[in-house]
Amino acid sequence: MELLAFGKTGWGDELFYATLMTIAVSVSAMLIGFIFALIFTPLKLSKYKFLNLIGNFYTTVIRGVPELLVIYLFFFGGSGAIMYVASIFGYYEYIEINAFITGSMAIGIISGAYSTEVFRGAIQSIDKGQFEAAKVLGINKFGQFYKIILPQMLRLAIPNLSNVWQITLKDTSLISVTGLVEIMRQSYIAAGSTRDPLFFYSFAAVLYLLLTYVSMKFINKLEARYSRGY
Amino acid sequence: MDFDLMITSFPKLLGATVITLKLLSASIFFGLFLGLFFAILRLNKNIFINKFAYGYSYIFRGTPLLVQIFIIYFGLGQIEYLRTTFLWIILKEPYWCAIIAFTLNTGAYTSEILRSAFQTIKPGVIEAGKSLGISNKIIFYKIQIPIAIRQSLPAYGNEIILMMKGTSLASTVTLMDLTGVAKYIISTTFKPIEVFIVAGGIYLFMTFIIHNVIKYLEKKYSFQQ
Repeated sequence: MELLAFGKTGWGDELFYATLMTIAVSVSAMLIGFIFALIFTPLKLSKYKFLNLIGNFYTTVIRGVPELLVIYLFFFGGSGAIMYVASIFGYYEYIEINAFITGSMAIGIISGAYSTEVFRGAIQSIDKGQFEAAKVLGINKFGQFYKIILPQMLRLAIPNLSNVWQITLKDTSLISVTGLVEIMRQSYIAAGSTRDPLFFYSFAAVLYLLLTYVSMKFINKLEARYSRGY
Repeated sequence: MDFDLMITSFPKLLGATVITLKLLSASIFFGLFLGLFFAILRLNKNIFINKFAYGYSYIFRGTPLLVQIFIIYFGLGQIEYLRTTFLWIILKEPYWCAIIAFTLNTGAYTSEILRSAFQTIKPGVIEAGKSLGISNKIIFYKIQIPIAIRQSLPAYGNEIILMMKGTSLASTVTLMDLTGVAKYIISTTFKPIEVFIVAGGIYLFMTFIIHNVIKYLEKKYSFQQ
């Protein structure tokens, strides 16, 4: 137990901050994922073949390629891409991107692909009459999607989004390969310096279980709130 | 775009794909039996057996695969007693550790998929079997299991694809699978995009194959023939 003490003698406070980091990365990845989903869902549902193609390309590639490979792409290619863009504007210094941003972007793009599929499914299960009614009232395309469809869709999407959240939360453990100090990385450091990997990795497992348990409770409440009209 | 690198790295990555496929097939094979075993335990009326099976699937589905591999590969070696038993021959090899972790992980998901498939079987089917005088055991093996497998094919296909992506974590325990080799080439050449296109292409191709095989099986075993 003294291994988990707070302060200089134990790893308690380090693991606590690492847990906060995991939560922070998961939340920002989920939000980045929503942004991607809001861009790509309309593309997937568009009547133009070319836009469909772009949307399908995104979800198929990201869902068919291992998360770790995407993370390596961002980790090794991220600063190169930013530097290339900067060089167009005449900035040639070395730019290093923060591990937090790289990690959230990588996981966010992955989570976005899953969210896109969830949103697409939810929109397709909304009654057609809603679309028609919105059209008849003369609401423009943008308003139709963001004011009429989106609020209704969220209710249908929450159960599946909770799955996406669980996947995202677990995927953040993979960012540890880039050196960002979240639960997994901190356990790795602690296990290395105390030579007690069994304890620290098991403790990491408990922390993840705790996070999934608490978030499930929270999501259940959210679900109940959004379906109160039904 | 460095096309030469893409061409030279292709055979290396293809060679590493063999390890990925070995890991995948071994863990899917063992995982299916493990999943079936735990699905049957979940349907048991004894509350302790039931809770045990639920706990297993809850723990393995609630924690990242990376933690599971690390506990098995780095953690179990720490127990002095294990080092003296024959198990150590298996547990000191990263290859077998990875397979054990993947099997336990996919077993947990498979047990959930099969459990829900068993629960959606219409009671009339079982009653029909009973009224024909078929014994409970044969009803289970010859009627319930085939229907459950058919029922769970789409979800199981997804699970195989997820597991295929999961095998990439073997690279974190020193195995040179497809992702491991891809990372090695990226870190020596600093050309992430080219390598990503080739390695990602191979993964997508495997996804495509698995997807179509499952689709074919679904069609073959569908009720309306």
